[in-house]
Amino acid sequence: MRLPQINRKYLKLFDWYTLLLLVVISLTGVLTIYSATRPILSSHQPSYYIKQLLWIVIGIVCVFAVVLYDYLWLKNFAYVLYIFGIVMLVLVLMVGRSGLGAQRWFDVGIFSFQPSELFRVILIVAIGKYLSSVKGQLTKWPLGFSAIIFGLLPFILIIKQPHLGTGLILLMTYFFMALSKKIERRIIITLVVLAVMVAPLLIKPMWNSLKDYQKKRIVAFIDPSRDPRGIGYQIEQSKITIGAGMIFGRGYLKGTQGPLKFLPEKHTDFIFSVFAEEWGFAGSIFIFALYLLLFMRGIDTAMKAKDDFARHVAIGITFMLFLYFLINIGMVIGVMPVVGVPIPLMSYGGTSIVTNYIAVGILINIRMRRLVLL
Amino acid sequence: MNRDYFVRFTYTVMYSLVGVFVLLGLRLYYMQILKGSEYREAADSNRVRVVMLSAPRGIIYDRNGTPLVMNRPYFYASILPGSKGIDVKALASLLEIDEVKLQQRLKKEEKASFNTTVLKEGLNFQDVQRIEARRSDFPGLIIETSLTRNYVYNEVGSHIIGYLGKPTKVQLQDEYSEDITPDTFVGQWGVEELYDKNLRGIPGKQIVEVDALGRQLKVLEYIKPEMGSNITLSIDIELQSVAEELFKGKTGALVALSPNTGEVLALVSLPSFDPNDFVMGIDSDKWALLQDKSKPLINRALQSAYPPGSIFKPLVAIAGLQEGVLTPDLDLFCNGELEYGRWSFGCWKRHGHVSFHKALVESCDLYFYESGKRLGIDRIERYAKDFGLGQRTNLGIIAGSQEREGVIPSTSWKQKQLGKPWFLGETFVSAIGQGYVSVTPMQAAVMASMIANNGVKHPIVILKQKDGEAQVEKSLNIKKEHFLVVKNALYGVVNEAGGTGSAARSPLVSVAGKTGTAQVVRGRIKTELLKEEFRDHAWFIAFAPYDNPSIALSIIVEHGGHGGSAAAPIAKKVIETYIMKNSQPPS
Repeated sequence: MRLPQINRKYLKLFDWYTLLLLVVISLTGVLTIYSATRPILSSHQPSYYIKQLLWIVIGIVCVFAVVLYDYLWLKNFAYVLYIFGIVMLVLVLMVGRSGLGAQRWFDVGIFSFQPSELFRVILIVAIGKYLSSVKGQLTKWPLGFSAIIFGLLPFILIIKQPHLGTGLILLMTYFFMALSKKIERRIIITLVVLAVMVAPLLIKPMWNSLKDYQKKRIVAFIDPSRDPRGIGYQIEQSKITIGAGMIFGRGYLKGTQGPLKFLPEKHTDFIFSVFAEEWGFAGSIFIFALYLLLFMRGIDTAMKAKDDFARHVAIGITFMLFLYFLINIGMVIGVMPVVGVPIPLMSYGGTSIVTNYIAVGILINIRMRRLVLL
Repeated sequence: MNRDYFVRFTYTVMYSLVGVFVLLGLRLYYMQILKGSEYREAADSNRVRVVMLSAPRGIIYDRNGTPLVMNRPYFYASILPGSKGIDVKALASLLEIDEVKLQQRLKKEEKASFNTTVLKEGLNFQDVQRIEARRSDFPGLIIETSLTRNYVYNEVGSHIIGYLGKPTKVQLQDEYSEDITPDTFVGQWGVEELYDKNLRGIPGKQIVEVDALGRQLKVLEYIKPEMGSNITLSIDIELQSVAEELFKGKTGALVALSPNTGEVLALVSLPSFDPNDFVMGIDSDKWALLQDKSKPLINRALQSAYPPGSIFKPLVAIAGLQEGVLTPDLDLFCNGELEYGRWSFGCWKRHGHVSFHKALVESCDLYFYESGKRLGIDRIERYAKDFGLGQRTNLGIIAGSQEREGVIPSTSWKQKQLGKPWFLGETFVSAIGQGYVSVTPMQAAVMASMIANNGVKHPIVILKQKDGEAQVEKSLNIKKEHFLVVKNALYGVVNEAGGTGSAARSPLVSVAGKTGTAQVVRGRIKTELLKEEFRDHAWFIAFAPYDNPSIALSIIVEHGGHGGSAAAPIAKKVIETYIMKNSQPPS
């Protein structure tokens, strides 16, 4: 396949603004990872921040690679990609490497990656294609069909790994995208009534089907003092870490909670807490503003997109990124249960960074090609 | 149409998004600004720990500069404040302590916010290694070191030196104690308690930064502990050891004083205890000691009073001479019994003609019935008090427990205590040291010392006095010749044929003394026939050398029978040891 001759007019339309937000947020992440993992007793700085930088470089390359091709290409291959993604999810359940009690990883030579991460983007693209193929609003059958294929199927495969957080986020993303397509009013009413009636009956069997650590997380969220050294301890320490930042923070490399290991998962799920301790309320609001701008830009892109597929994909990607952000922040500030979801772009993790860059790359692609060029 | 719906939908999403961010921002405002300083404090108390550095206690020396105690490092396992979620069962088995007890201590820990809480004390090196290896399983568990005492001579002198223990409530409220923790060892008995403030020193402090495993990362602040002051006792540990060795297996007390200074040279109270048992926090051992029927925790020299028996006679003799009711040439006839009204008062032997000298040497009761009658009880009381009987010495080594005052009866005393008038018969009994009269071994030693130095009363001290610094409390206004006559008789007690204290006779030094027998049950039954617990207590007071006394002592052997046989031999050896050690080599 030869490289497409990219139209010079597209280059002018390239969304530097989004790329800038992306890079600024993720470099802030690198600085924070450096601080969070800095050693106290030895002088050897762990290489997490270097690896993260490397992933960011790969991510930027991916953005440009994604931007080169018209997103129509993606639309054409959406279902193929989707089937490929589902197969990967099944495979990882069968042959994947397990880490931290979950089978989420593939060893691919020098690195291992989590198919469920990459699957996030594939799923959104596939849903986008399906929704754009439906005329008018979603009626009973298309909704039921798509809910099973794009909602339940991936959800079940992912929570089998088990990765409840990602599974829920994808399920919610599906419903959000379906909503953006418009669902028949009476179906929505039926669903709400059904949910209200059935939910109490489901609580018990759902609770029983949860793994022990998942139950613990919920218990700890409701009453952190019940299991202070476990999950509750994490929440408590995370709150202490953030609160200790006060207005202007302790200053860069002056945070204590992360390096002294009071805060667990300091460079992954709880990286925002480390940032908040060092930069305080001022820094936290600043980084919030960056995220908000990124999400607004994504919504704006969706509104300006030139076709249904692009619209749905753009809003889906934006919503997914937002959900990750919200669940992570909700967890670290102690208003949501601990579900082990990273904050997009800041948390340490290769697959997550690359996937998010690819996702935002698609947003940039859509924005670039929003005009029907002559 | 679809497009319109999508635009409306995205606007809704946009507003909701802004709303969510506002809520998140408010939450951050609450955490970082409203509650910020609280969380900052929590973070700092996570990482900052105050380690108390206990000050080495001052060393206690004997009069010759021999150290009686050493400071020894001491390991204990404790838990950091705020450590939660610990597997109590596993920890209990690691520390080899009772689970319930551990639970209680951990509960106590929840209240402590600043200092660590001790879980197990007295760890040996193997314990430390074993615990250290598994410490990562128990976040917050640390091994700390402190200093404790090593009592070099074990039980020898334990009643003088005392022991350390955890501070009592009262001690903790002491204004001096603001910088000690409930886990600090402080003096609880003996001079450890009496001079605790001098010995204690000033604890230091180390403020350190630690990580989540409690590993010390850096020292933020260091305040050096200051060692307590050393003290030098008046005790001679060699003399003390000899005395305790001689007492082995017996119950009783010995007090040896320096008549020239009032210093305590040796103080024995047996049975005793090993103070090393107390400092390792072995509560059960201590408890067993407290339960022991022989009451090893009572300092018999100060806390037990016994009828003095015949050792009271020299005092009556001096009083009689000074008051002019007796003269050295007064002769009385002893037929073994004195009839008085319906009662008869016996003597232990028919002495026949008894001179003043012989009355003391052979301890004739009859002679002293007469002396008592001539003096009257109130004059006897006055002299007895002059010689330090019936009053506390306030030596202070029994940690706030009451020193016994003893009893010296008088007519007003009986009226006040019993509401009854005094009878002459009671004077007879009192004059030979029986009846209501009771004295502590310490008081008996003070009396012996004052006879030896012709009536000079020194305050009794446990610290070595510098030369020429001995204080005089008072000097009795009694003619020296009276002392000389009585002392001559006391010399006779030991050195003349028929003297009751001949067992104390020494080829090395001239010993003067007086035996005594304190009746436990009334009546005269042969000692050998009595069960031990009904046998009389054996008394002996002595001083030496006769012409220039440098040691005065009192001995009581509980249920020892006769003073001459049970107590006098101990006096002889103790005096010999002291004289041999302190005699000037011939120049």
